[in-house]
Amino acid sequence: MNEPLDRRRFLACMGWTGTGVLWTVTGGLASSVTLDQALGATAPKTKPFTFLQISDSHIGFNKDPNPDARVTFREAVQKIAALPTKPDFILHTGDITQLSKPSEFDDADQIIREAGLEVFHVPGEHDMLDDGQGKAYLDRYGKGSQGAVLGDGWYSFDHSGVHFVGLISVKTLKAGGMGSLGPDQLDWLKKDLAGRASSQPVVIFTHMPMWVAYQPWGWGVDDAAQAMALLARFGSVTVLNGHIHQVMQKVEGNVAFHTARSTAFPQPAPGTAPGPGPMKVPAEMLRSVLGVRTVSMVRGQSALAVVDTPLA
Amino acid sequence: MPSVNRKTMIAVFVALLAFGPALVRAEPSAVTVKIDNFAFDAQTVTVPAGATVTWVNDDDDPHTVMAEDGKSFRSKTLDTGDRFSFTFMSPGTYGYFCSVHPHMTGKVVVKAP
Repeated sequence: MNEPLDRRRFLACMGWTGTGVLWTVTGGLASSVTLDQALGATAPKTKPFTFLQISDSHIGFNKDPNPDARVTFREAVQKIAALPTKPDFILHTGDITQLSKPSEFDDADQIIREAGLEVFHVPGEHDMLDDGQGKAYLDRYGKGSQGAVLGDGWYSFDHSGVHFVGLISVKTLKAGGMGSLGPDQLDWLKKDLAGRASSQPVVIFTHMPMWVAYQPWGWGVDDAAQAMALLARFGSVTVLNGHIHQVMQKVEGNVAFHTARSTAFPQPAPGTAPGPGPMKVPAEMLRSVLGVRTVSMVRGQSALAVVDTPLA
Repeated sequence: MPSVNRKTMIAVFVALLAFGPALVRAEPSAVTVKIDNFAFDAQTVTVPAGATVTWVNDDDDPHTVMAEDGKSFRSKTLDTGDRFSFTFMSPGTYGYFCSVHPHMTGKVVVKAP
């Protein structure tokens, strides 16, 4: 009975690894529209478009294996600027900085501006390290260009028929837990999604993985299941995150989860090291584990294709 | 036999001189907890009231030390090599964690003097 919804998925093709993911949303609407009409829902018009995900730039990081995270971030941004088809915008999925210092935010802003594209941010835990525990981030990024920011900085916007939701998964963390959304944000999400046609594609972007990628290292979000329950009725949900500095995917029903690489340094695969600290790799290998990721999303397809290409 | 006893007594006396203070002060008044590989290297430390605990971040990642109650004690962000000290005056059990990586937890048990 869920078949009509199952068919409506995004096709994700990931290009480079490291800091960016390019998403293309294209048509393929014919059957979907028919199904929408059958369901009595209003089908939003989805025009083909691409967007890019970049993550974990860690500006300020200057240790082994990356003596200057600004250099690799700029390389990734230059790759974005050189794309033959300009993405509509960039999503940065957090850990913009290493230590939330004003100079680090300044450098990150200056570099990402070189792409010449609009950028939407969500914070990582490294962007919450100022004395105000996130105030520096909110002061700078708290007002998105597409609508008012609520609560701790979560927000949503629509683009070409796709609903984008930026969630904060790194605030008010509890001892022994992982990432957290919190009741206020879940209430807001419920209201944000209410009244939307189940046929509208939804893209969630946040820093921490919305499924338990590895609990011993805190790679998950304690109350992610409550958010996913709110999204369960939607036919196409794509969840993008960063945090773990490596590519990982998971498909569950109508939901596709993707983690992006970092532009700064790699982290070990779950359980393969004593801790999740930066993976030390030889200098000549660094760029093979960094980069940006391009992803194409095609509505109305049942296949999910992922292709990663390193920066070097 | 008496000479053996005397030797034994001397040995015990020397041992007491050497290790006695350590035995009496089994709970030192200053303790250091290392932060390494995203973990507090002593999950639980037991100290007498009035003792000072110092955390040192030996990791490449920044960490914090924050009381579970959110108010007893809280460090600023500790970058590599940074340290944070807190003196525990009141007996009790103090759970704490890294507010950046909350899966990192530890405990300070403070005993009455």
